[in-house]
Amino acid sequence: MSAPDALETIERPVFNLDGHEVPFSPGQTVIQAALAAGVYIPHLCHHADFAPHGSCKVCTCRINGRMATSCTFPASEGLEVESETPEVQELRRDLVQFLFTEGNHFCPSCEQSGNCKLQAVGYDLGVLTGHYNPLFPDRPVDASHPDVLLDTNRCILCELCVRASATMDGKSVFALSGRGITKHLIVNAESGRLADTQLAVGDKAMNVCPVGAIIRKRQGFRVPIGQRTYDAAPISQIAVQGETKGGTP
Amino acid sequence: MTIVTPPKKKLRVATTSLAGCFGCHMSLLDIDERLVELLQYIEFDASPLTDLKTPGPCDLGLVEGGLCNAENVHVLRHMRARCRILVALGACAITGGLPAQRNHLDIRDCLQTVYLTGVGVNRGFIPNDPELPLPLDKVHPLHDVVKVDYFLPGCPPPAEAIWQLLTDLVAGRTPQLGHGLIHYD
Repeated sequence: MSAPDALETIERPVFNLDGHEVPFSPGQTVIQAALAAGVYIPHLCHHADFAPHGSCKVCTCRINGRMATSCTFPASEGLEVESETPEVQELRRDLVQFLFTEGNHFCPSCEQSGNCKLQAVGYDLGVLTGHYNPLFPDRPVDASHPDVLLDTNRCILCELCVRASATMDGKSVFALSGRGITKHLIVNAESGRLADTQLAVGDKAMNVCPVGAIIRKRQGFRVPIGQRTYDAAPISQIAVQGETKGGTP
Repeated sequence: MTIVTPPKKKLRVATTSLAGCFGCHMSLLDIDERLVELLQYIEFDASPLTDLKTPGPCDLGLVEGGLCNAENVHVLRHMRARCRILVALGACAITGGLPAQRNHLDIRDCLQTVYLTGVGVNRGFIPNDPELPLPLDKVHPLHDVVKVDYFLPGCPPPAEAIWQLLTDLVAGRTPQLGHGLIHYD
């Protein structure tokens, strides 16, 4: 944890995170205050540019004795937050293993490998196996768009592209459809093809995907192994330096 | 570098490759001259390196590759029965890996395309010699079938990670892999 400025600590209210005082500003959530203070809490659907979502549950902490997602929990004076306890970390590992076994995440052939947040969070949590029996779902790949590949095998349903397209790009290209295990990403075109949407390479929706579900064509493997975002440092260090989609040109 | 005091009895290690590409075995050899040091502490039983086919009682089994046919399952169960500690080595053993990319396809369609209707296939037929192991309808990771004690991911796992795993196990420690040694690719 970086040492907060002494004056700042006096003036700002604090809560307790794993035995350390974390200062916060009114309106901040627990994860926002923690990341701003240089303390990493694993997360996937949380993004600094978007409103709290609370869907992936990976940022779950034990807050005042109860499990809660730290990305939706408002910071308040005197909260007792447990994050890096064996109990909480085990729960996060389970969630990440669910994501790996529910989709088709074949890292050796994925262009996003090394820059992928799901993978990096797996490394950080020490996930060595999917543990559960993999489902090997049959999911489509949409290569119709001239510049963009949509591979739903890798989608973790974080809705970052949905939110980015609706709130920042003003296009509403993406949405989720279905429920439970059949929930899946769809695109806003009568044909159901990405080529028939307004998606463009510069769109925020295009660049916010934490995994390799939405990727630019003809860019794969441009950054060699060893120089990718999470080769140099673990996500626990990189995430507190800012929300970036590392490695993407 | 000395790992620990050389034991009176060396650990017996069996290795095998199921539905894999031998890349994990190549990565094992990639620990280079440290293999010589390692041989103070371990001895190889059945392995492609010794060309012995059937493992005797072993302390450690390293299994590369997933399960794509009936023989793979038979060999894996045999390894599990003979090895005190079983390690799933590499992406295919842990996730099914590259061979599992056929899992969303029908096995009959796969065989027909490869042996009957594929480009350049003339007068083909689907092999049915009784000596050939029957393919499974899906490729499975090892832990779908047997208990696996340790997992070492990577395609292949880096030599450094294999070295860390082996030296930890030789020293009687739970293997610890930090940043840079855990790779899914």
